[in-house]
Order: sequence, then C-alpha cells, then structure tokens
Amino acid sequence: MSSEHIVKSFAQELQRLSNLVTQMGGVAEAQVEAAIRAVARRDVDLAGQVIQSDHRLDNFEREIDSEAIRLLALRQPMAQDLREIVSSLKIAADLERIGDYAANIAKRSMALAQVPVVQPAAAIPRMGRMVEGIIKDVLDAYIERDVDKAIGAWQRDEELDDLYTSLFREVLTYMMEDPRNITPCTHVLFMAKNLERIGDHATNIAETLHYMVRGKSLTEERPKGDNSSFAVVAPHAERSGKTEDAA
Amino acid sequence: MNIRTAVSPTAATTATHSAALAVAGTRVKIAAKDVKVYYGAKLALKGINLDLLESKVTALIGPSGCGKSTFLRCLNRMNDTIDNCRVEGLITLDGEDIYGRHIDNVQLRARVGMVFQKPNPFPKSIYDNIVYGPKIHGIASTRDELDEIVERSLQRAGLWNEVKDRLREPGTGLSGGQQQRLCIARAIAVDPEVILMDEPCSALDPIATAHVEELIDELRENYTIVIVTHNMQQAARVSQKTAFFHLGDMVECNDTEEIFTNPRDERTQGYITGRYG
Repeated sequence: MSSEHIVKSFAQELQRLSNLVTQMGGVAEAQVEAAIRAVARRDVDLAGQVIQSDHRLDNFEREIDSEAIRLLALRQPMAQDLREIVSSLKIAADLERIGDYAANIAKRSMALAQVPVVQPAAAIPRMGRMVEGIIKDVLDAYIERDVDKAIGAWQRDEELDDLYTSLFREVLTYMMEDPRNITPCTHVLFMAKNLERIGDHATNIAETLHYMVRGKSLTEERPKGDNSSFAVVAPHAERSGKTEDAA
Repeated sequence: MNIRTAVSPTAATTATHSAALAVAGTRVKIAAKDVKVYYGAKLALKGINLDLLESKVTALIGPSGCGKSTFLRCLNRMNDTIDNCRVEGLITLDGEDIYGRHIDNVQLRARVGMVFQKPNPFPKSIYDNIVYGPKIHGIASTRDELDEIVERSLQRAGLWNEVKDRLREPGTGLSGGQQQRLCIARAIAVDPEVILMDEPCSALDPIATAHVEELIDELRENYTIVIVTHNMQQAARVSQKTAFFHLGDMVECNDTEEIFTNPRDERTQGYITGRYG
C-alpha cells in the first residue's frame, strides 16, 4: 500500500503490531536455533536457557493479542488493515507453538546428554538446519510482505516431511537392534517430530501471509511428505533395517 | 425542470437485459445502464452501470460529492425537482423505463419510497403521517382499512408498541430515532417495492441506529433496499451488496463481505481503510 493512513496514529499502531510480530519471530527463530545447537553439542546449559526463555514468546503472544484486540475494537479496521490484524493473531499463535516445540527439544536434549551418543541423533541438526531455513524465509517473507518467498518456503516443507519419515524408520531399526537404544532413540524421535511440527507451523505462517497480502487463501494443497503415520517395521525384518509401508 | 432520457428502448430489449443480469435466485429489480447526470454543464455521474437486486440491501458508499446521493435520487426521479438537472441513460424498474413518457411520478414514488437523512414527519399526528400516502394513492379509504395500515406499518417499523397509545399526538413530538422509524413506517404504508434511504441514521444515536438497522434487515425480505451511508461500518452491517462511488464513477460493486475484506480496486481500498487516494 503506497498511500498513507489519514489517521497517523492508526498507521503507527499497525506498524507497532507488525514490529511485535517481527520481534516475536526473531525470538522464536533464535529459540529453535539454540535448541538444535543444544542437541548437537550436548550442551545442557544452553538447553536450560532455551527452556528459561520460552516465557518471552508467551509474553509476546499476549502483547500481540491485546494490541490486536484493541485495534479491532477501537479502529474497526477494514480490508488490508483487517487482514493484517487478524493475521498477526494467527502468526503469533503459530510462533508461540514453535517456541513450545523448541523448549521441548531442549528438555529432551538434556535427557539425551546423559546417555551415550546414538547414531540417529546426528539427524537432528540436519533436520534442524532445514527447519531453520524454512522459518527464516517465512519470517523474511513476512517482513518484506513477499508472498512468493513464503510459497517457496511452504513448498520446502515437503522435504522436511520426507526427512522425518526416513528418520522415523531409521530410529525404529536402531531400537530393534538393541533395547538400550530405546530411551535415547525415543527422545530423538520426539525431537524429530517436534521439528516436523515446527515446519508445519512455519507453513501455516506462509499461508497466513498469503491471505494477508493477497486477500485469498492459498487454496492449492500443500505437498505432504510425512508418511510416518503409515510406517511399520516388521518384527522379523532383517537387521539391515528393511521396512514396509502398511499403507 | 429539464429532464429527458437519451435512450428509450422497447420493452423487449429491457426484458432481455434484466433476464441476462439475473443470477441464480437473485432477480434484478432496478437496472441502471450508462446513467449520466448533469447539473447544468457539470457532469455529476459519468455513466453508471449498476444492478440492484431484489430482496437485497445495496449500500452506496463513497466520499462526499462522489455522486452516490445523485444516483439514489435518480431511482425515483427526485432529481426531476432540481433545476438544470439532466438525466441520461436508462433506468428500469422490473424492466420498465422509469423515465418513460407514460410513467407517472407519483405512482413511481409509491413503488419506490424514500427515507431521508433528517427525520421529516409531517406536522400532523402519528396516525395521519401514516395514512397520508395510502389516502392520496387511493389504497385505502375506510376507517378500518386505515387503522389496519397504521398498525401494520408501525408494527413493521418496530414502533407500534412505543406509540400505540398516542397515535393522535404529533409525530414531531417523538424522539429522533422514533421519528425516523415513523418516516420508514410512512414509506412502507403505501406498500412500495423499493425503499431508498439517504443517510437514514446520520442524525441518530447508536441505539436508535441499531433499531433502524434491525428494521432494514427485517424489511429486506419484502423490499429491495438501497442505502446511501457515510458510515462504512453501517454499510458492512446492513448490506449484502456494496457499491463504491468515486468522482462520479461507480468504481466497484461486489458482495459486501468482499468489498470490506478484499476490495479489488486501489481506490476502494484507500477509501475504506482511510488512506489518501
């Protein structure tokens, strides 16, 4: 929108709301990044900091909620302004969930750090880099109001789902190999699931951004690559870890 | 008065026109085709094409001087009363040219009623305000018929319970909101098909406004309603279709929801969000 609001204070309030979402996005991104680093380095202190910092996202969400509700009540926004405000509510909710998943990864990294390293844990930083890339692009797209960039990130979520599905199978075979692997592998599995969920929330944000800018929902079906819900590992499978799809 | 229509098509062509524009379950009640209005040499409306659908509320919005009231006043030939005002183009009511030679203005205004910005009850009793129209149009004459019209009209206007015990008191003694509902009752007493409202709530407080808006919603079932309003929240609340006027043009007409969430035109967006155009 090239032209300016006649009521300047309204424009300032909208800008403030947008800034809050941007800041919250930055914090969420940093939380995810730190949580993954805590896993990779088996850094219990860092994990503790992530858990400690989660309340910052909750505070941001509360602030965005009250600011958005105030604007809805006092300004009766229309058209693009209305879409911006409603979108900020939705994006804040997604970012808050992303923060929760990051905190959960940090908690599990503490448990993981107490037992010997298991091979599949190496997949977490790999998946993490992909998730970070998606979040970064989605947040940049929000700042720049760049729908194409958001769609690009949205499409990459499929790769993340694929990675999760393959990791899921890999983890199962390690568990079958040695029951002592079950505890750390379960943590790894939940971490991977958390990362996969973070990716889903990032794609939600991309979809919200599309609506916010274009006024239309992203109707196209998002490519889904997560088939782990259908995956089974047959108990008599060879040690090579051959798996079969039940679906 | 200097009124004429540039186009005077046959009944057959207008009927086809209306039929073509009628979409799934909604019938075009009034169709405006290339309507131009001049005040002297000044072109106030630059060729408006707009269909008003039956049983729908259409809101006309736009900045002052955009031509929305001028357009509204074309629909029951109120502009006839203004010197130097010239209307061109075609406006049909049920396919019939309302500027046609055989059209009687008085009859037309019985079919297309109007409610104004300022409540303007006649300086008569509440009862006489209502029966004035039906009497002059010969709709009713006996006491019983008139009584029934008074009660029915006031009921529909949501005013009956408030005034039933003082029908002989002057209409001007009512509160502003009640006066406006009295004017609406007066407009519907002659059983019109279309009701035009020019800023009907701009002089009313929020509660009186809510009463009138509730009334508009109820009346919609039986009437085609066109409302001019500067209050965009009101347009959003009461209408199903919204048309945005700007500098004598009709920029955009669409479902109200669409106009207020995702307008197509930059000018519409600028206006409804309060930005410089």
